[in-house]
Amino acid sequence: MQTSVTSFNPTFAFNTLPPDWPGNFWLHWLVFTIILIAFIIVSVIMFIWFERRLIGRFQIRLGPNRVGPFGLFQAIADVIKILTKEDIVPQKADKVVFWLAPLVALVPVLMVFAVVPLQSGAMLVDLNIGILYVVALSSIVSIGIFMAGWGSNNKYSIIGAMRDVAQLISYEIPLVLSIVGVVLLTGSLSLTEIVGAQNIPFILLQPIGFFVFFIGSLAEINRCPFDLVEAESEIIAGYNIEFSGSKFATFFLAEYSEAVLLSALTATLFLGGWSGPLLPPILWLLIKMFAVFAIIIWIRSTLPRFRIDQMMAFAWKFLLPLALINLLLTSLQIVFWPEASSWIIVLLSFAILVALILVWSKSFKPGGNKVGI
Amino acid sequence: MLQDYGYIALFLLVTLAFVSFIILIPIILRFFRIVPKRPNPIKNTAFECGMKTIGRSWVQFNFRYYFYALMLIALDVMVVFLYPWAVEVGRLGVYGFIAVLVFILIIIVGYIFALKKKVLEWK
Repeated sequence: MQTSVTSFNPTFAFNTLPPDWPGNFWLHWLVFTIILIAFIIVSVIMFIWFERRLIGRFQIRLGPNRVGPFGLFQAIADVIKILTKEDIVPQKADKVVFWLAPLVALVPVLMVFAVVPLQSGAMLVDLNIGILYVVALSSIVSIGIFMAGWGSNNKYSIIGAMRDVAQLISYEIPLVLSIVGVVLLTGSLSLTEIVGAQNIPFILLQPIGFFVFFIGSLAEINRCPFDLVEAESEIIAGYNIEFSGSKFATFFLAEYSEAVLLSALTATLFLGGWSGPLLPPILWLLIKMFAVFAIIIWIRSTLPRFRIDQMMAFAWKFLLPLALINLLLTSLQIVFWPEASSWIIVLLSFAILVALILVWSKSFKPGGNKVGI
Repeated sequence: MLQDYGYIALFLLVTLAFVSFIILIPIILRFFRIVPKRPNPIKNTAFECGMKTIGRSWVQFNFRYYFYALMLIALDVMVVFLYPWAVEVGRLGVYGFIAVLVFILIIIVGYIFALKKKVLEWK
């Protein structure tokens, strides 16, 4: 069995790992469980550092640079600090829900990583319904957030939790519809096959789908400009006001694991995943993940927060029609014009994307010019 | 198949144990006097920007996204039905495409009705 990963042949230049790679069922399970947990923790720490440094640069300051080289160990220092804080549970809180909420919020995010391919075949399990599994599990996180808001018996938390549900039910549909476009092109739900089908990255064939997917998932993970759930200036911190110590750390971990997940999924679905020339596949995946996350940070430091009526209107009147049109166009092309040259389709899709965004922006008034809460 | 979901189930157990461990760390550390435990009545009330907590929070809440939630059910079911079609779109061909188009159109009519009724406004 050859496991060399570097070669000079572009794209599929390495051997696919067998489904139970190091030997048998239990060995595979042990190795990949350790790899996945380590991967998530290390990338979350790196992402926190990367975000703080980059946002420092965007605001013309240095960012954390004292702990370790370039401030690399700042996140670790923060973790040690937060785990030794007093664990406060409010008197009137619903204790069971309050204790369970961080668990419900973090476990689904970790579970999703089981199907994300780090390399050809290098994943815990290659489910044949991979992307459906991802979609199904990643929306459970909102239940954890709602439990947190409800259980802590605080008015601001409840407003934050209600906003989170509103956000989830609005952005779920455009997000899932945009993934259907990728499935149409691939003809499979397995994430490995989706990566394998991308001779041209799907961001070129599916620019509208990418646009909708990216915005939808920004809203799903509550990043700027959709961070109404934890709007500091209006509702203090939303659902996690009453949480301290390790429970707060768990929510923080959940939030950043979602960011890691979004970056990994965007890289897998639209940017070609682990495939790329020269470098080892895992490095390509990391490069793409950090590129996607850099764009998320850029958006965060540029755009102001939406008002909630604008946010709902944006999902239902802007993104949903766009996603439906993308679905229609993609399926039309596949059914009636399957032999079309890829580059014509690339040009056409970008032209349609620009035209649609221009037309939509002209005719779109967020929230009917009314101010709501 | 069973093997695949066996992996998922085992991974679920591991993540549950891992997250429970993170949540229970302060209780373990409290034995070693690293994590303090000094409750007082003010600290244990719900935080309301420094004011005394007024009333309770579990009140009747006007959640305005009721109609959005109704729309979500229709559209989400539609999307779930689209996935099997999307996998087999090449083999189902024109007939399948037209069937799905009719299916989507029925729901789009409902969407346009909601739009014209101004249900999708945040009032």
